[in-house]
Amino acid sequence: MQTPTLFALLLLLVLVAYGTGFSRALAAARSRGGMRNLSSLPSYYGLHTALWCGLPALLLLGAWLAFDDAIIRALVMNGIADKPDTIAGQNLLYAQIQNLAAGHLFGDASPQVQAAAERLSSLQSGSRNLQAALSLILASGLGAFAALRFSPELRAREKVEKVLRGVLITCACAAIFTTVGILLSVLFESLRFFQSVPVTEFLFGLHWSPQMALRADQVGSSGAFGAVPLFTGTLMVSAIAMFVAVPVGLMSAIYLAEYASKRVRAIAKPIIEILAGVPTVVYGFFAALTVAPFIRDLANSVGLQASSESALAAGLVMGIMIIPFISSLSDDVINAVPQSLRDGSLGLGSTRSETVRKVVIPAALPGIVGGVLLAVSRAIGETMIVVMAAGLAANLTANPLESVTTVTVQIVTLLVGDQEFDSPKTLAAFALGLMLFVSTLVLNFIALHVVKKYREQYD
Amino acid sequence: MTDSTQTNLTQQQVRERIEQRLASRHRKEKLFRGLGIASIAFGVLAVVVLFTDIIGKGSGAFVQSAIELRVHYDQQVLGIDEVDDESLAWANFTGVIRESLRERFPEVSGRGEKRELYSLVSTGAPFTLRDRLRANPELLGKTETLWLAADDDVDTFVKSLSDTEEGFRGRTSEQKAGWIQQLLGSGEMKKRFNSTFFTNGDSREPEQAGIRAALMGSLFTLLVTLALSFPIGVAAAIYLEEYAPKNRWTDLIEVNINNLAAVPSIVFGLLGLAIFINFFELPRSAPLVGGLVLTLMTLPTIIISSRAALKAVPPSIREAAMGMGASRMQVVFHHVLPLAMPGMLTGAIIGMAQALGETAPLLMIGMVAFIVDVPGGVTDPATVLPVQIFLWADSPERAFVERTSAAIMVLLSFLIVMNTSAVLLRKKLERRW
Amino acid sequence: MNTMTLDAAGAEPAKPESVERKAVDTLTKVRETVGQPLCDDAKLRMRNVNVFYGEAQAIHDVSLDIGRNEVVAMIGPSGCGKSTFLRCLNRMNDTIEGCRVEGELSLDDEPIYGPRVDVVPLRARVGMVFQKPNPFPKSIYDNVAYGPKIHGIASRRAELDEIVENSLRRAGLWNEVKDRLDKPGTGLSGGQQQRLCIARAIAVSPEVILMDEPCSALDPIATARIEELIDELRENYTIAIVTHSMQQAARVSQRTAYFHLGHLVEVNDTETVFTNPQHELTEAYITGRFG
Repeated sequence: MQTPTLFALLLLLVLVAYGTGFSRALAAARSRGGMRNLSSLPSYYGLHTALWCGLPALLLLGAWLAFDDAIIRALVMNGIADKPDTIAGQNLLYAQIQNLAAGHLFGDASPQVQAAAERLSSLQSGSRNLQAALSLILASGLGAFAALRFSPELRAREKVEKVLRGVLITCACAAIFTTVGILLSVLFESLRFFQSVPVTEFLFGLHWSPQMALRADQVGSSGAFGAVPLFTGTLMVSAIAMFVAVPVGLMSAIYLAEYASKRVRAIAKPIIEILAGVPTVVYGFFAALTVAPFIRDLANSVGLQASSESALAAGLVMGIMIIPFISSLSDDVINAVPQSLRDGSLGLGSTRSETVRKVVIPAALPGIVGGVLLAVSRAIGETMIVVMAAGLAANLTANPLESVTTVTVQIVTLLVGDQEFDSPKTLAAFALGLMLFVSTLVLNFIALHVVKKYREQYD
Repeated sequence: MTDSTQTNLTQQQVRERIEQRLASRHRKEKLFRGLGIASIAFGVLAVVVLFTDIIGKGSGAFVQSAIELRVHYDQQVLGIDEVDDESLAWANFTGVIRESLRERFPEVSGRGEKRELYSLVSTGAPFTLRDRLRANPELLGKTETLWLAADDDVDTFVKSLSDTEEGFRGRTSEQKAGWIQQLLGSGEMKKRFNSTFFTNGDSREPEQAGIRAALMGSLFTLLVTLALSFPIGVAAAIYLEEYAPKNRWTDLIEVNINNLAAVPSIVFGLLGLAIFINFFELPRSAPLVGGLVLTLMTLPTIIISSRAALKAVPPSIREAAMGMGASRMQVVFHHVLPLAMPGMLTGAIIGMAQALGETAPLLMIGMVAFIVDVPGGVTDPATVLPVQIFLWADSPERAFVERTSAAIMVLLSFLIVMNTSAVLLRKKLERRW
Repeated sequence: MNTMTLDAAGAEPAKPESVERKAVDTLTKVRETVGQPLCDDAKLRMRNVNVFYGEAQAIHDVSLDIGRNEVVAMIGPSGCGKSTFLRCLNRMNDTIEGCRVEGELSLDDEPIYGPRVDVVPLRARVGMVFQKPNPFPKSIYDNVAYGPKIHGIASRRAELDEIVENSLRRAGLWNEVKDRLDKPGTGLSGGQQQRLCIARAIAVSPEVILMDEPCSALDPIATARIEELIDELRENYTIAIVTHSMQQAARVSQRTAYFHLGHLVEVNDTETVFTNPQHELTEAYITGRFG
């Protein structure tokens, strides 16, 4: 049975269950002389029966769909006598079997593969039938059970609400599941990577060239996974971005909060915030096609050598992207500084700028620092701008006119396109992802903590 | 109280010292203010430059040069006798177009020159003829006058003519440029509205490339994202705001949500690759997986804004309902949720806008493949608009620059519509308590 | 703008309405200020002052002199414009968007408002103490040294130390804080914070000190301490104090001005105002029929 049909059937069963529960409750109410002699409204009895009918069956079906492919694969592969040693070889073989079973592949397959393919198709259809049968039996059985257990004293509402509450809690835990999922996915692959490349080489090596030989006899590349040039590249681009974004963002927040009239504020603030809504791929395009050539021509005209993909172009555009981020966060914290402090300073005869520099900014500093840290974490993790404008060459350089590469760029390059999943090359991407996740996590954690403490100070 | 009140500084001296420094202090004030204005100006300038640059580069893509040709659907040249699917698949439409071109320029001879001549018309033109013949089988053997898309080099040259006298010739030879001028002069070549851009999928040929496949991919991906993230986000917000006891577990959830909101998007891509594709073996490049990844990414945004919306509902409403004997669940679902809905929808729209513009995590899960066909469902291979932009931005052809910018314009207009509607929704449905 | 509230406690509950109506009736008759608003040796002169917040008028045609080394108290029901008027004297109203001041105001016969007047030295000469103590989140020393530093009053560190010490002494705070000058000013008690703010104002050697309900956030003991201090400061400074407490006005001031709905109703010697008020509104207010 096809999955959509099965779902439709299940839905039908659930509806029937709801109707049964509802009508039984209604009948009971009539015989007892009114709705108030039931412990819950009839619709709750309906829901109660429907939940018994649908929920376990759906859970079973979900688990089945999630794991059946893996189990079938294990069964099929176990049945093959002489498997290839490498995982890549096994993947290839299994893909061949799958194609054969699906009828996409004709012709010369070894008898062993053909046997496996037959086994695969029989397992697949068996699995589908079993899954349909089991879930339908479960649904109708439990639905009937709940319907039989009906009694007017049953506290259906409480039971339904308990289930709903469980659903709510599960949803609330989605954030935790996500974090755990991220950690697991980057951690495991990173550990596998560190089995073939030592951690110290990865963290302190100065040479990055992840091209591995595909065949043993291939010349040239043995692969080097020293990530220092990536770290320095990331830091340089982020530093340039912050160099643009922090002064501009902070000064515009100060101007908007302390100087601008209501009208100027009402116009300028939304315009600057437009920058926050522009997708990063657009910035990347802007950096690669407009800013980078402009910088190259400018540098060339003053006699400097500039690469057409420069850290400066990427950093500059990234800075523009981060301006609204800094300015709106700073705007919040500056506005949180009590007016009485400004009055105190102005009342002593200080100018507005003195008030801002000597009283407002020091008072708002923790909040501003928190905002800047969040911005740094965003700059480090930004991908599209650097992918499109910073380049791929892992140069260990301090010259912003040269092209550099960053952690995120390498993750993208290593994982986009066809790859084997277990080569050090792909695993390296996960190790880089781990570095990225940990460093941004630490930054975010500190920043959120600082900002929270600051908020409490003036609440 | 001492009487030695500032013995060594009289009020007069103080006044004088203050006066001395006034000028320099006011200069500093002006400078500071100027820096503020300069910063605002820089931000506004960045917006203006960005938009004019994109619009300037992209507006050309909405028109496309076309050549008017007399096409003779000659059975012999086509090599078919009747119109059916099989014969159309084999028919030689290229020959028909070449015939027409030779007819228009009879003076052209020699292999090289002829090849030049044939390259005036897009390589996609035969498909235009095929579709036309399929729709009108009675045309077989007849002649009609038709506008056919020009090749991208020709198009680039024609468009550049309006900027400079010479125009940007690029790979176009002088002779070809002459033919083009001749066609332009006689009105046989014109810039017409580029409907291909909206009806086609991706292509290696700029003049045949369109955003329809990417748009549909984006649509399917967003549908999956919305269908998952909105209910889950609202449910999570309801639990955290209305039920959750204040304990370490809730704190942990909150810290997690705030942190996830700031985790780089590419990390979500890694999660999608490792878990959805490699572990659960979901199909690569599918909007389903893209939607799942974007769901995880936008969840924090939606949870945070939904919680804010719930918080804005005054406790008096809850107390009133509770006082009538409603259960907690009834209070929330019958009274609080409807009042908080506008705020939640606003948050959802903003989250969807964020998801629509996202690129990096989708590269990880293979939505970066070259896909010509328009996807028909959530499990078909697809790409999305931002990724299409990324792919085109990498293409060397000049004509792709223009199309990239045009695709950006389409993307930005969607985002502007979404964000504006979020703002309007908030304004319109906002309640003052 | 103004809400005239009836003070039930202490008032004659029998005829509150008639009192209120009477107040409103008489108000229309307030054109001329009763008493002696002007004096010969004036430090601050205000003539025909009108203040507007956007369209709304907060101060109507007020003329008043404040004499040298004199403490003038301004009293009146809340929202009567006394704080607004006070903030005109060192142009603190400039910081409020949409606020407009008309009329002639002068300090030692030099105009306070005008295109060529610089507020920076003006505010150094006319210091201000606010309703809520507002020490900067800095050390006690830096709080007091803030004014001298920005104005460049002290040329040497020793001079600055001396100014800080003198100011704290004058504010009667020196003995309490001399051992912890590097501790944050926000860590002091409310009364100490307010005296710190007074010390901060004194440190730039002002000629006039404006006090906007300086004790409203303080307990009675701290209030008494500040009142003593005001009395001591009178020797060297001209002081204008806004207060909501009539007892305080009676205790600290030589002259008292009574404001009502933006009008200056009566100005006289403090004793006269409280023992023999000449205007019926003043009488109604000081006998507690509204407040």
